[in-house]
Amino acid sequence: MVDGWDIVILAIKGLVVLALLALAPMIFVLAERKILGRIQARVGPNRVGPRGYLQTFADAMKLGAKEDLIPPGGDKLIFWLAPLFMAVPAATSLSVLPIGPEVEIGRTIGLWVTDLNVGVLLILAMGSLAAYGPVMSGWSSNSKYAHFGALRSSAQVISYEISLGLAVLAVLMYAGSFSLVDIVNSQKQMWHIVPQILGFFIFAASAVAETNRPPFDLPEAETEIVAGYHVEYSGMRWAMFFLAEYANMFVASMLVTILYLGGWNGWTIPGLEGIMGVMWTLLKAFFFIFVYFWLRAVLPRLRYDQLMGFCWKILLPAGVLNLFLVAILRTIWS
Amino acid sequence: MPSYVGVALCSLIGLVFICASLIGASVLRPKRPFASKTEAYESGMPAVGDTRGRHEINFYMVAMLFVVFDLELAFLYPWAVWFAGAQTVESKIYLGAVMAVFIALLGIADIVAWKLGVFDWGKRSD
Repeated sequence: MVDGWDIVILAIKGLVVLALLALAPMIFVLAERKILGRIQARVGPNRVGPRGYLQTFADAMKLGAKEDLIPPGGDKLIFWLAPLFMAVPAATSLSVLPIGPEVEIGRTIGLWVTDLNVGVLLILAMGSLAAYGPVMSGWSSNSKYAHFGALRSSAQVISYEISLGLAVLAVLMYAGSFSLVDIVNSQKQMWHIVPQILGFFIFAASAVAETNRPPFDLPEAETEIVAGYHVEYSGMRWAMFFLAEYANMFVASMLVTILYLGGWNGWTIPGLEGIMGVMWTLLKAFFFIFVYFWLRAVLPRLRYDQLMGFCWKILLPAGVLNLFLVAILRTIWS
Repeated sequence: MPSYVGVALCSLIGLVFICASLIGASVLRPKRPFASKTEAYESGMPAVGDTRGRHEINFYMVAMLFVVFDLELAFLYPWAVWFAGAQTVESKIYLGAVMAVFIALLGIADIVAWKLGVFDWGKRSD
């Protein structure tokens, strides 16, 4: 039955999603610059606010006050729509990610916005939709660098979508459900990373490529094509591309946590399962975001033919091999 | 509460948040465009030609392959859940064998594309 409290609870969950969308990218950008600084033996931003903690707020203010330019000969409508196509799928994906178990606060509340019975499919669909953002922005800019960035990005994202899907498939063979909550619950005895270490690495590599992050950031390669598909964007519209990138990174990290690292499963104190669950989920997800920064600091960018070869010649056969290994394991252990 | 309400709510939150920040910024920012400022960026040189030209065929080939492989993957998802729910060893072996044939066909497609040089950028065969 739907009553007033259900609507209040949904509204609170909505506010949490809004806070995540607005604040998480800001915090991640600051953390990235600080961590990159430390890894590269420099200080990082340390001027704005106490120890530089307000740097991203200053950046956001600056971006808001910048002029918004549209190149002539570009397609205005598509140019305006592209940032929306980047960021809205990321927000939609947040709706099915559980950050904790069910808790009892007067009534039973699950720490997720919605437990969709096709959650995995929704996430993959939104991942595919995210390929439209770069294509639209690159094509509508009528700029050569943007055009190359869009071509590269679309080919990269759709290729890695397949290896990502193959890795997820093996998880589904264990969990037997498309619901992300059921997938976490199926890992009470053993995390999926244990039988599927190969699948885990395939998924992690594909997730980094899907979010266009180094060492797979060919669409944005500064040394070759300046900034790729968003080279003609400026001001707040440009900031939306970054918001989408960091939101997608958060979604990818949460997915690794949920699919392979047991989600909220972990050592817990009786009576505090809710808080401990949220803590475990976020700890695992934040570790993955740290890995993103770490990769960016230590790895050089791949060449484009290496990038596509890596997906189709290595990850795809490895994904099929992983599928067979899991099928054999499941048959032996049943 | 029907589960798709939450999905719609999150999409709406994303849409409203982005539109609000774009509209908010449009109040703050200046607007003084002139020809050389709005021109497409080409490392400071005057832009030459436009971008609606020809480009490498491989991008198109990869897009075609993606359509094939993604559809095949979509067939595999229900199968994976079915496999997880299968109770006996015999049914698991049967399901596994059926899918092995399917994946072998996919593998042949991948190898053919590989031999045709779809995944080799920058190596012209002409």
